[in-house]
Amino acid sequence: MFFPVSILRRLSQTVSFGLLAACFAGTTALTAYAALGGDIASVQADQVHMRGSMRTSKATGYSVQEIQGAQGLLVREYVSNAGKVFGVAWQGPWPPDFRQLLGGYFDQYVQAIKAQRTAHVGRRPVLINQPGLVIEVGGHPRSFFGHAYVPGMLPEGVHAEDIQ
Amino acid sequence: MKNLRVLSACAMFLAFTLLQGCGGGSSSKSESTTPTQTISSSGGNVAPISVNGGPEGNYPDAAFVSVTVCVPGTSNCQTIDNVLVDTGSSGLRVLSSMMTLPLPQQTSGGNPVVECFPFVSGNTWGPVQTADVEMASEKASSVPIQVIGETAFNPSGVCTAPQDNVESLGANGIVGVGLFAQDCNAPSCPASADVYYDCASATSCTAITEAATQEVQNPVSLFATDNNGVILELPAVSGGEEASLSGSLVFGIGTQSNNALGGATIYTANDEGNFTTTYNSTAYPDSFIDSGSNGYYFLDSSLSGITECTGNESGFYCPVTTANASATNQGMSGTSGAVSFSIADANTLFDSSDYAFSDLGGISGTSAPYYFDWGLPFFFGRNVYTGLQNATYPDGYWAY
Repeated sequence: MFFPVSILRRLSQTVSFGLLAACFAGTTALTAYAALGGDIASVQADQVHMRGSMRTSKATGYSVQEIQGAQGLLVREYVSNAGKVFGVAWQGPWPPDFRQLLGGYFDQYVQAIKAQRTAHVGRRPVLINQPGLVIEVGGHPRSFFGHAYVPGMLPEGVHAEDIQ
Repeated sequence: MKNLRVLSACAMFLAFTLLQGCGGGSSSKSESTTPTQTISSSGGNVAPISVNGGPEGNYPDAAFVSVTVCVPGTSNCQTIDNVLVDTGSSGLRVLSSMMTLPLPQQTSGGNPVVECFPFVSGNTWGPVQTADVEMASEKASSVPIQVIGETAFNPSGVCTAPQDNVESLGANGIVGVGLFAQDCNAPSCPASADVYYDCASATSCTAITEAATQEVQNPVSLFATDNNGVILELPAVSGGEEASLSGSLVFGIGTQSNNALGGATIYTANDEGNFTTTYNSTAYPDSFIDSGSNGYYFLDSSLSGITECTGNESGFYCPVTTANASATNQGMSGTSGAVSFSIADANTLFDSSDYAFSDLGGISGTSAPYYFDWGLPFFFGRNVYTGLQNATYPDGYWAY
């Protein structure tokens, strides 16, 4: 089981990076980002504070909206061809606004993070792996990274490792 | 089930060997050796620390220290014990439930400044107040600190699920003695970070840009002397686990007879507070050393070759037999050195009544960027220097 996954991961990373690099379009001003599970069309008007530029790239089965905040936070949204945000990823000196980015999954995240604390006191990466929601938060102050996705929404042929 | 697991782990290890042409963790070059350990037991710059489970008696692999805070310029002081020593962050945060002093409140435009400080494991929420901070005989004057769990400010929708009591924190406070002088950013922490807020009322807070000097400060950087870094000195753990450990938090590097760098090798950090760890021939440039992480957290099961636990312990590593591994750390300036470490079955460790585990670890995440978080077990048996950012080392350094 692990063997093919490890190969697939490398392959998919290589492929998706290649696609991203090849497909990046020009930049447009944007001050919004989408919520996990939300509709891309409804999101354009969702004004938030992450001022920055957006680039859109296409991969097989989905597109990636990459928002580079002026102050260093990078957010990537993974949008299916049907227009649904099935995954988000981020990297920067502080984390994103989870309430905004996780949308309807925010409360589930809050419950899960509290449950993780109760299970084992201690400071470590956040790893939430539920049937309907996966969220991982890592790094440390001044260097945060992580991703979240809805397993049931991953388009055919898209791997969880692509969301990074 | 266990047999299947062993088989799949073996298949995976073989896969790596074939894929990467690498024989495992023993191929890294060692260009430095760890000096013989001496633990300072006395001196005005030495604060005793303990790995003892903390105030709730449930916190494995965490080091605690006492911190004295005073109303600025007065002898009106109180000492707070069981404060977590965290080289992965900067700034002092104390639970409001522990505070008896009336500390002056920082304001912006006449309104109280309240902070939502983001840690990976959760936010801390509370007002920024000013205190004189003392540890051992070292004193820092008028230090912005965070008083967390203060219920006077409770706006809805601001600051996700904060850790605001001793149960969720497992400590009475956190003292960040990391690489940087400020907790958030320099030359300012922007409003878009959603870290600092101006609270016009108990329920109305607006994110603001906070100037560097106003941010919560690493108290070490404001000490009158011995202010260029710290050394965490903890003894080795014999037999993999012990009930508790005692050691020292030494202030200053190369400023006293008891804090010389000696034979330690310097590993410089980048501006994000990271360096590179190489494991099985793959370099992970988002890696770091952090006493505030309570284990070795690195890679995932498929990349480390170590079995992950299931159930309540999922996320931790649970190898059938203790895994011995090696990695190479490299600073931004190029110095590098090998580190050997072991990972034991976390399930078994958690069944123990001990609090110091040299072999506790877990995964750090299942997609890129993969990284190594060298948590408290890395400090056992090894004096680790955390050098504050300065003119020579603009982003600080670690040395060991």
